Amino acid sequence: MAKTITSKVFVVADNIDTDQIIPAQYLNLIPTIKEEYEKLGSYALAGLPDDVNPIKFVPEGQTKTPYGIIVAGRNFGCGSSREHAPIALGAAGVEAVVAESFARIFFRNSVATGELYPVDTPVRICDEIKTGDEATLDLDANTLTVNGKTYELKPLGDVRPVIDAGGLFNYARQSGMIAKA
Amino acid sequence: MTLTEKILARASGKPWVRPGDNVWVNVDVLMTHDVCGPGTIGVFKREFGQNAKVWDRKKVVIIPDHYIFTADGMCNRNVDILRDFVNEQGIEYFYDIIDDPKGQWKFDTVKGDFTRQFGKHYSGVCHSTLAQRGHNRPGEVLFGTDSHTCQSGAFNQFATGIGNTDAGFIMGTGKLLIKVPETMRFFLEGELPKGVSGKDVILHLIGEIGFDGATYRAMQFEGPGVGSLSMDDRMTITNMAIEAGGKNGIFTCDQKTLDYVNARVAENGTKSTFEPVEPDADQQLFYDKAFDLSKLEPTVACHPDPGQRKLAKELGHIALDRAYIGSCTGGKTSDFLAFAEVVKGKTVKIDTFGVPSTTLVLDELKATKWEGKSVWNILVDAGVRMTENPGCAACLGGPVDTFGRVNKAGIKCISATNRNFPGRMGHKESQVFLASPYTVAASALTGKITDPREFIC
Ligand code: SF4
Repeated sequence: MAKTITSKVFVVADNIDTDQIIPAQYLNLIPTIKEEYEKLGSYALAGLPDDVNPIKFVPEGQTKTPYGIIVAGRNFGCGSSREHAPIALGAAGVEAVVAESFARIFFRNSVATGELYPVDTPVRICDEIKTGDEATLDLDANTLTVNGKTYELKPLGDVRPVIDAGGLFNYARQSGMIAKA
Repeated sequence: MTLTEKILARASGKPWVRPGDNVWVNVDVLMTHDVCGPGTIGVFKREFGQNAKVWDRKKVVIIPDHYIFTADGMCNRNVDILRDFVNEQGIEYFYDIIDDPKGQWKFDTVKGDFTRQFGKHYSGVCHSTLAQRGHNRPGEVLFGTDSHTCQSGAFNQFATGIGNTDAGFIMGTGKLLIKVPETMRFFLEGELPKGVSGKDVILHLIGEIGFDGATYRAMQFEGPGVGSLSMDDRMTITNMAIEAGGKNGIFTCDQKTLDYVNARVAENGTKSTFEPVEPDADQQLFYDKAFDLSKLEPTVACHPDPGQRKLAKELGHIALDRAYIGSCTGGKTSDFLAFAEVVKGKTVKIDTFGVPSTTLVLDELKATKWEGKSVWNILVDAGVRMTENPGCAACLGGPVDTFGRVNKAGIKCISATNRNFPGRMGHKESQVFLASPYTVAASALTGKITDPREFIC
């Protein structure tokens, strides 16, 4: 499946942990209930300290973000195992996160839920671009193009077909690992 | 093979595995709690059908502990969802907050935070409960919907945190596809000096390799120094493997491990058979370094991440507003005893909150007497605000009415918990400093970060 994503980017630095992605007080929401899923989206990245990130990721009173791609530094998604984190981002409309590295559980949850593509970048992009820039992510060529500059990314490899399928269960059914529902 | 490789090979029915191999492992225990349990159940039902049954009702352990003592109706609802599921599935191990299996949980705000409001089955923090109630066994594979599930590795088992989707998959199949991690060995020598504890060991090691220094990898603790560490110290150490990004943390097994496990499984009537693993002499290690425990000093991880390592004695200039002792990492009986040793007969200078991790810890603190006075009362008399309701409380902030939650910007809190990213204990512009119970206690007495050795004889 050919895939390119063009969107405004939201830029953050290192160690964006799951409390910043979805603050703990909203974990009373259950992601498998539709209205609560939408609500989780409205709180995505609500835990970013305002002094460091003055721009709101999801505008006040809305449930969706104008930023379909997040560009981050090291260790994105560190902290808790809450699947609410990739889900909140996915529910808000994020399609991909491009980071220098990901915390293991966040990466795994992104793939298992199929909510977003977690893409590794070998170079630090987050210091060179700013929130609001237009970017194009090409998942076949493994590149991110922003402000006329193209960055080479690491290929997604084994996990790409799982996310393309919409997550672990769909993939497991498609490939015969578990019985079709 | 390393400890982790041996367990994963056995659990996947293979003679051996190598790092990077993707293997289907059979799961011995799946743990979930009130924050991720309802979502896991939702995934399980969506994918396997409304009438599906869990793969093994004796292998699913459900422990409400996170958002219990709060008036938030949705949090209370989530505990009820767990109870309904347990009834429907006949799940054997459920540490419910109320006694009536048909009842509904509602926090009584009139009774409030300080007075106990739990029934006879309740336990408290999930990881402590797994250990105390006989669910940790050497050589087994345990998954939990909580990142600190790695704590169970103290018992020579493979244990790691997963999300709801993976957990839903396990509920239906009893299996999970995982990648075998590379192993980093921390070879411990010597014995800890007085006033230095397991918390200082792990804060030191995280500072050494960095907050992402073990990402995707197993942290294996072995060497002659292991024998001197109590099981509580070992749990504190493996608990924080995730704070270096580790997939799991794991200790070798010795007599202390066996004594602890055998006593708990007998007391609780849980499965009593298990087979520990030992590392092979020719194990392949990604990293291998020796650490002399006798050289360690009281250590602190400063705001805003667990890798910001400093010695307590270098931080005397940092004035604090609050101190907190509790959680899976720092709310065990031994943690409170260390704390009490420092504050006994003195008075804390800043707001200080204490939350026992489990009901067992609560009972032990009330029953342990020093010179005729219970440790509980020693703490209360020193000015510590002790709640009788064990659980996660403010360790992860939680709903705004959570006991001990940091609700104001700018508050600096020293805490015996395990994580200090921005907003962890509540307000996103507050700061958390992680330290041992000794250091938290000494700092509570002075109002600034303080090396506890001056208070311990
Ligand atoms: S006490 Fe804290 S770290 Fe431990 S399980 Fe609860 S929230 Fe997580």
